[in-house]
Amino acid sequence: MSGRVLVGVKRVIDYAVKIRVKPDKSGVVTDGVKHSMNPFCEIAVEEAVKLKEKKLIKEVVAVSCGPQQAQETIRTALAMGADRGIHVEVSGKDYDNLGPLHVSKIMAALAKKEEAQLVILGKQAIDDDCNQTGQMTAALLDWPQGTFASEVTLEGGKVKVVREIDGGLETVKINMPAVVTADLRLNTPRYATLPNIMKAKKKKIANVKPSELGVDLTSRLEVLRVDEPPQRQAGIKVETVDDLVGKLRETGSI
Amino acid sequence: MLILKVAQSSTLCGVALRIAPGLTGARRQAVVAVSNTRLYASQATQAVLEKPAAVSTDAGTAVENKSAAAESKSFAVNIFKGQIATSQVFPYPSVLNEEQEQFLRELVPPVGKFFEEVNDSAKNDALEKVEDHTMEGLKEMGAFGLQVPADLGGLGLTNTQYARLVEIVGTYDLGVGITLGAHQSIGFKGILLFGNPAQKEKYLPKLASGEHIAAFCLTEPASGSDAASIKTTAVQSPCGQYFILNGSKIWISNGGLAEIFTVFAKTPMKDPKTGEMKDKITAFVVEKSFGGVTHGPPEKKMGIKASNTAEVYFDNVRVPADCVLGEVGGGFKVAMNILNNGRFGMAAALSGTMKGAINKAVDHATNRTQFGNKIHTYGAIQEKVARMTMLQYVTESLAYMISGNMDSGATEFQIEAAISKIFASEAAWTVTDECIQVMGGMGFMKDAGIERVMRDLRIFRIFEGTNDILRLFVALNGFQNAGNQLKGLQKALKNPLGNAGLLAEEITKRVKRKAGMSTGLTLQGTIHPELAQSGEMAVKAIEQFGVAIEELLIKHGKKIIDEQFVLMRVADCAIDIYTMIVVLSRASRSLSQSDPSAQHEKVLCETWCVEAHGRLMRDIKALRSSQSRQLYNNFRAISAAVVENGGTVASHPLGF
Repeated sequence: MSGRVLVGVKRVIDYAVKIRVKPDKSGVVTDGVKHSMNPFCEIAVEEAVKLKEKKLIKEVVAVSCGPQQAQETIRTALAMGADRGIHVEVSGKDYDNLGPLHVSKIMAALAKKEEAQLVILGKQAIDDDCNQTGQMTAALLDWPQGTFASEVTLEGGKVKVVREIDGGLETVKINMPAVVTADLRLNTPRYATLPNIMKAKKKKIANVKPSELGVDLTSRLEVLRVDEPPQRQAGIKVETVDDLVGKLRETGSI
Repeated sequence: MLILKVAQSSTLCGVALRIAPGLTGARRQAVVAVSNTRLYASQATQAVLEKPAAVSTDAGTAVENKSAAAESKSFAVNIFKGQIATSQVFPYPSVLNEEQEQFLRELVPPVGKFFEEVNDSAKNDALEKVEDHTMEGLKEMGAFGLQVPADLGGLGLTNTQYARLVEIVGTYDLGVGITLGAHQSIGFKGILLFGNPAQKEKYLPKLASGEHIAAFCLTEPASGSDAASIKTTAVQSPCGQYFILNGSKIWISNGGLAEIFTVFAKTPMKDPKTGEMKDKITAFVVEKSFGGVTHGPPEKKMGIKASNTAEVYFDNVRVPADCVLGEVGGGFKVAMNILNNGRFGMAAALSGTMKGAINKAVDHATNRTQFGNKIHTYGAIQEKVARMTMLQYVTESLAYMISGNMDSGATEFQIEAAISKIFASEAAWTVTDECIQVMGGMGFMKDAGIERVMRDLRIFRIFEGTNDILRLFVALNGFQNAGNQLKGLQKALKNPLGNAGLLAEEITKRVKRKAGMSTGLTLQGTIHPELAQSGEMAVKAIEQFGVAIEELLIKHGKKIIDEQFVLMRVADCAIDIYTMIVVLSRASRSLSQSDPSAQHEKVLCETWCVEAHGRLMRDIKALRSSQSRQLYNNFRAISAAVVENGGTVASHPLGF
């Protein structure tokens, strides 16, 4: 076993930012908007770093696909405790069209190249909410998958994953190498402290192009239009229960 | 240290002594000199006359008017001579190299996140201490050693990088800000600035990690603004190996938490010239573990409650001689340098505070409906929001102008630093007050979280040099330099033939000023053309200010030191001029870089300049008018009567 964990870290618009749609409806405004690491990716990094601290694995490699700024996100992962980074450079039109399938192909190629034992990803990103990359990566690699993890335990060559499913928890034990995706309750990610950010400056970030990994970024999807969610309309006050029932009937709710 | 005030007494005396005596009459002599030089050196006069104008138009950037012997690069120093020294103010400093900027970009988000998610300012305020887990988090965060060199366990930040992080702290919690500031901005700054390598190695690593907290001990029960009057003593042992420290210090921030104290005490020293014994101030690094160091209970305060403030007592503390900071007897300089080096941080923190208050006010103004409209649509609210925004813009511009100057190695920034502290603390007060006003009754409620800010802010106009003392400091520092220049001029007057060039230049300048003509000062080519009009206002103000200063010097001579009514107004003028120039510089940079906010900044700058210019013209007129004397006399009389009566004097309108 290589003892290497690959963690995907996506740069997304910060969760606290009020999202605005571009006037031409081609997408959302990203210029000059605060970005940070996708919160589920933070959880994934935290889990990998914890495994390393427990000496269950040897190396944590953070991967991000995107333009130059993606390096900032990798730096955050390095400050949290990842050992090195891989920046898969995707920019311009390719970046606009980059979707879960492309990223899965990149992750799969890197997992093979790096001989990773485990790939940990966030269950989904808060920008496109796709929730596909982990599953597709596992499929492309033909590795077992443990998605929506709320607990991860390494046992010999296997991973025990407690999964959050509708109505409860499901425990699965899968062989490694495997793909795990992190759910919200897996852990509480640590803060990147300033001294660790400073130390992370010395850690290496390798630069890779998708073509070097044999990944074709041609998109099969086309975004036709992006709209803001409809504004919530003001409600009305009714005088009596009968009025209420009447209104509900009118709208066909009952 | 909570209340530490710059004692200027010794500096002030110095100023008075250094201002050329007997300046009265210089003007009359000057008039005589005019005819002389005209007679003998008319061609030279003509040549010199044209020079400043020529320089300013073709060089474009440098407008320095070379007439004084000693050239100061400080902009503020020069305006007192009616001159413009652009090198420190134009272009607006961009001092971070690529790596520093990248590093800072990475540091900002986690600090913001920490204050957003971990720190609870309301709880800290209620508990009257920083919550334990927050304190631990801050230590892990590295927040206690921001400027300690990296090889000694800190982050090694430049002043500009430090300012950017402190700004975040100021946005969220000034109580935490003071805990951190008392520690590193003044508590152990002395070790950073004056410590020898052994002292740095011994103390800085544990201070940087927050394992040891530091405090700055200057103020005493009987020594506030007049810091030179401290009574704490440090007497050297006969063997010379240690000092015995005795005395008590009050209002010491972190006094109850600190392990390491920077303490100022009087040491008896022999004057090498006269052989007399004299007390001189010395700075020491004192460890609590030396024994004999105790502290009182945490003080109950109006604001910054989360920060610990206590009395600290030194009872026969044996301080090893190698704990002297700087030189024995050089403590006053150490104290002033520490304070001078920390002031920009206050401007940075408070610009963050103001940003927070503006956000709150705007949020309310855009959501609150009265009389059928959102209240931000009303002029009364719009003017408030606009003024708040301008004050924040000016403060922020000051903070990064000065941190940038310091980072590029400037040594003369004391007037500028003092101005930034005065301006920031008053602007933040106004902005927060107006935020509450915009929010109305809502703002007055504790849950709105703004009344705490108001309480926290009040101390900023008092500590680290009260704004009143700092105004005197600004004015007298300026007068000192202007006085030196006049002295040079006076010397020249004694030998008009040998100094024909200098005299001719000075005299034409005065004649031109008198005739209301431009003396050739200009900011053309220095500021962005779109701001030309504002630039002209600044230049006019500087010219007029120079005239007023010279008149005041001639009129009062060394007695200017006693003219506090005048000095306060002079300081206000200096503040208005400096802030005009700083925003002109920043807005010029934004315009020439075509920043997305450039046009907005242009409006901020123009509006600020119009109003500052208005205030300046009024103040300068008052300074030059003899009617002001009557006003000052009235103030004196009213105050004297009230003081004598122990309260107001006027009989009650109801008669009882």
